[in-house]
Amino acid sequence: MHELSIAQSLVGIIQDEMEKHGLTKLLTVRVKYGRLAALVPDALSFAFEACTLGTPMEGVQLELSEIPILLKCSECETEFSPERGDLFMPCPECGEGLGHQVLQGKELYLDNMEAE
Amino acid sequence: MKVPIVRNILEANDRISAQLRAIFAQRKILVLNLISSPGSGKTSTLERTLTDLAPELNMAVIEGDILTDNDARRVAATGAQAVQINTDGACHLDSSMVLEALSSINMDDLDILFVENVGNLVCPAEFEVGEDYKISLLSVTEGDDKPEKYPLLFAESAVMLLNKVDLLPYVDFDMARAEKFARALNKEIAVFPVSCKTSEGMDAWYDWLRAKVQAKKSA
Repeated sequence: MHELSIAQSLVGIIQDEMEKHGLTKLLTVRVKYGRLAALVPDALSFAFEACTLGTPMEGVQLELSEIPILLKCSECETEFSPERGDLFMPCPECGEGLGHQVLQGKELYLDNMEAE
Repeated sequence: MKVPIVRNILEANDRISAQLRAIFAQRKILVLNLISSPGSGKTSTLERTLTDLAPELNMAVIEGDILTDNDARRVAATGAQAVQINTDGACHLDSSMVLEALSSINMDDLDILFVENVGNLVCPAEFEVGEDYKISLLSVTEGDDKPEKYPLLFAESAVMLLNKVDLLPYVDFDMARAEKFARALNKEIAVFPVSCKTSEGMDAWYDWLRAKVQAKKSA
């Protein structure tokens, strides 16, 4: 449950970017998060709403999209996305289940925003 | 208009963490972020470690807890410096809390700074606090499937301490399974079965600490 910390950081980054681009009206914020980032989307939406209540950002739409996990097989280097986030899924090529390298899935970033 | 940004949301934490790393590098202090679930024996393991290594190493502890300063008082009783951070509900320590706590620590001639995180296997793994290494602690009463269930922590830890091995005869904990999956996530992870109560296995952990202190001094 570290979504409140994330929401607070997010608000800070948005304010910074608004200022940098000379924007005053924020419409939509788009965040991408990796499946392994231990993020609960509903909790982040709730925390973001709470952090922006009574500020010019109140009511802004927060769009969250998940980035799937991408693994590289420790044995034959085949890249694959495991179902249900299972890091020990047997490689579809050679069947190896252990030691896969995580290529993608730990991200957490503000991708873009719509503003005027 | 659409503004492309692509900025890491935890960048503020990462920035302060980098600042802390620079301070610790300059002072050659080994910093270890100790993470486990509540009740696995983080504080007891620290008490034992601080007591046993007191003659040879100068150590301090930053204690993170949601409430109370019980742990800091226990640790301070060993003679080590201890600072308590109360997160007032937050489930992890972040780098700004550690930076603030640092002002209460005398870093002169310090060899090791332990950061005992809030008991939690999920969130603390996401927030760096300027550490050299994460140390995960798993007790045999918790179940051998924890590395499978909380992969991020074990993937990022340099050491897994398997604590309370004196209870192995009484619990169904498969050491090989816990170790197998921890290694599957992280080939380099050092695994030390220990009992902070009986001191079994603690010497291997101490040797690891000595080697890392040495490496930090000569870096």
